[in-house]
Amino acid sequence: MPMTPQQPPILEMRHISKTFVNLRVLKSVSLNVRAGEVHALMGENGAGKSTLMKVLSGAYRADPGGEIRIAGEPVNIEGPQAARQLGISIIYQELSLAPNLTVAENIFLGTELSRNGLVDRRAMNEAAGPILARFGVTFTPRTLVGSLSMAERQLVEIARALHARSRILVMDEPTTSLSSRETEKLFALIRKLRDDGLAIIYISHRMGEIYDLADRVSVLRDGGYVGTLERADLSAERLVQMMVGRDISSFYKKEHDAHQSRGPVILRVSDMSDGRRVKHCSFDLHEGEVLGIAGLVGAGRTEFARLIYGADPRLSGTVELDGKPISISAPQQAVDAGIVYLTEDRKLYGLFLDMSVRENINLGVIARDSLPGGILNLKAAARRSSDAIKSFGIRVAADAINVGALSGGNQQKVLLARLIETNPRVLILDEPTRGVDIGAKSEIYKIIDQLVKSRIGVIVISSDLPEVVGICDRVLVMREGIIAGEVGAPGTPPISQESIGAFATGAN
Amino acid sequence: MSVSNARELTAAGDSGDKAAQRKLALHQAIQILGMLPVLLLLCIAFHLLSDYRFFSLQNISIVMQQASINTVLGAGMTIVILTGGIDLSVGSILAVSAMAALIASKIPGFGLLGIPAALLCGLLFGAINGALIAFLRLPPFIVTLGSLTAVRGAARLLGNDTTVFNPKLAFAFIGNGNLFGVPWLVIVALAVIVVTWYVLRRTVLGTHIYAVGGNPDAARLTGIKVWGVLLFAYAASGFFAGLGGVMAAARLYAANGLQLGQSYELDAIAAVILGGTSFVGGIGSIWGTLIGALIIAVLTNGLILVGVSDIWQFIVKGLVIVGAVALDRYRLKGSART
Repeated sequence: MPMTPQQPPILEMRHISKTFVNLRVLKSVSLNVRAGEVHALMGENGAGKSTLMKVLSGAYRADPGGEIRIAGEPVNIEGPQAARQLGISIIYQELSLAPNLTVAENIFLGTELSRNGLVDRRAMNEAAGPILARFGVTFTPRTLVGSLSMAERQLVEIARALHARSRILVMDEPTTSLSSRETEKLFALIRKLRDDGLAIIYISHRMGEIYDLADRVSVLRDGGYVGTLERADLSAERLVQMMVGRDISSFYKKEHDAHQSRGPVILRVSDMSDGRRVKHCSFDLHEGEVLGIAGLVGAGRTEFARLIYGADPRLSGTVELDGKPISISAPQQAVDAGIVYLTEDRKLYGLFLDMSVRENINLGVIARDSLPGGILNLKAAARRSSDAIKSFGIRVAADAINVGALSGGNQQKVLLARLIETNPRVLILDEPTRGVDIGAKSEIYKIIDQLVKSRIGVIVISSDLPEVVGICDRVLVMREGIIAGEVGAPGTPPISQESIGAFATGAN
Repeated sequence: MSVSNARELTAAGDSGDKAAQRKLALHQAIQILGMLPVLLLLCIAFHLLSDYRFFSLQNISIVMQQASINTVLGAGMTIVILTGGIDLSVGSILAVSAMAALIASKIPGFGLLGIPAALLCGLLFGAINGALIAFLRLPPFIVTLGSLTAVRGAARLLGNDTTVFNPKLAFAFIGNGNLFGVPWLVIVALAVIVVTWYVLRRTVLGTHIYAVGGNPDAARLTGIKVWGVLLFAYAASGFFAGLGGVMAAARLYAANGLQLGQSYELDAIAAVILGGTSFVGGIGSIWGTLIGALIIAVLTNGLILVGVSDIWQFIVKGLVIVGAVALDRYRLKGSART
């Protein structure tokens, strides 16, 4: 990686502050990024990473008193257009493409080529061709973006940035929806862009990716800049310590003893199948046990859980709770029986963003608590809400606030609280710490740990291998719709990332 | 009662900032008040512009009576829009129910049967809407657009495309009488508002209505019977349209299948939206609808008092509705954006 210390960094942000009304979201943050490097930006949710990048990309304006320099020249970024012209491109997690337009139209969005006042699609398609050729893709400039996969859409976003001759590319959690193979291809592309001299700012929660890609890592905490580590000095402990400000070496330590807390079989699932994504899967879940379900993206884990829960129709399969078969054809019956499900995407399928924290927490039990005639029991609701906020450590000013205003970690706790309030027998947690900052993650692990001390069985579906290894007593590994293997039980390989990975990829 | 989005309000709790907590209380107060300031402003403006004729007891009574039917329709519409749907057929259901009321009122000795006849009629048509939407999963806009036409046909059929009169209407007092000086129309409308408020805010069903409108997928996954909620919403809307039919028939002593209730759904929707209920569902309040209906009635009445011509009335009304909603959205966005 070429480094010329004499040249100023391509990007210098100095003393950037941002205040919303009376809350300082950024406190005099400084950041410098060199051309030809991958610079990772880490920090808990709410640390200010997104806000800082939005200042850079022109979506926000910083408070007076700060300065941004591009290649040594002070600049004034008035808006997104100005940012683009200065060579700054940002690729948001949700992407900002128009799915109803073609690839070429998206690449040229805002800078369309025209002839005689009419849009010149032929020229755009021709110009887009070479850009796409650099990526080696199978789609053409005429393909509708709506028909592309997430990975391909991301490439279109990158193409758009390259077309704009960006010198600085910001990528916010780009691998969230990618398979591991697509991630590898993306990383190869990022390395190539870096070697071509692009400066890439990479925001991610995933330590593995940071180790893979980053040349330097800067950490923000509570709106302030903590420090920057060179690649050679990187270590998980140092990073976490910088992000959290305290030592959490016992991050994953389980308090419950897997053997002691494990009771009789509480849930028996047999021959579950939907004919497509899940094929004849069976397992037992014991009381007091944390059972993990691991596997690659697309292995069928969420689909399996949804079959058990009654969210999707099944072709075959039976469920027994405490030895008694129960018929589940809709989520309502699962809930009534005591099986609850924390959805993979909390905003899409779990939370009611326009309802208050109190309402969200109580939603599972309002019928149970209700006074005769279906009348809401307001006192019980208030009490449950304040108890849950205390015991789960939900940080919120008042429980009348909309849950949409909370951070990811707090939202997840609200959802967990709702499920646990219903006094379930079985909890199925699908990606319980996705998009959750480190502090809240460890609190959620503690909650799960405590749960198994009562007579509950917990199933954890997770793509985060260290998490699976850390908190589960036993792990089932799925591959392409079947249960390919089991680790952690007597007579099976011990739980480790390698043993799980082996079953997940079919290496044995 | 929940407060709309403001990231700083969350953090206020984190830091215990007194100023931010005061801002939270102010935010809540503004939301509760909603469009009330607009209503008061309009009343005062018309009072001044009409040489102080607006605020007479008689005129206020007229305004409230004029608002009453729309209020009742608006209550049903509020429930439906809260679930994320819409009911375009309420005007037609009102017409067919009024016809049923009048026809039943002619049964010798059982004139009061007109009331349950209308209510049942409205309930039935509403339930059909609800069944098509809840079980066949057809879009509410399309279903109620179809029933708007079909039910209008049924209304004309019932009366053989003529106007049905009954000069000795047993329940005419509802449309013309007073109870302790308060017009029956107003009493019915207020009762409807209170009952709807209670169901929406104090019952499990009400919470389920907000949940289904706010996030139908999550509602289903929580175990809520979404089909039941939708069926209730449209049946209730039909029922209230039937009640509106009773009120209209009682006022006029007559009903005409073709003309009665034409475009009533538009005024009902306007009242609901003016009142702050969101089209996407899950957000809104019944008191807002009441204020919305009053705004519309005040506008209509005030413009006449001031002497504005017919044509301009429509234009002004439309502009006020758009302006009021724009103001509302701007107010709710807060000052956090730069």
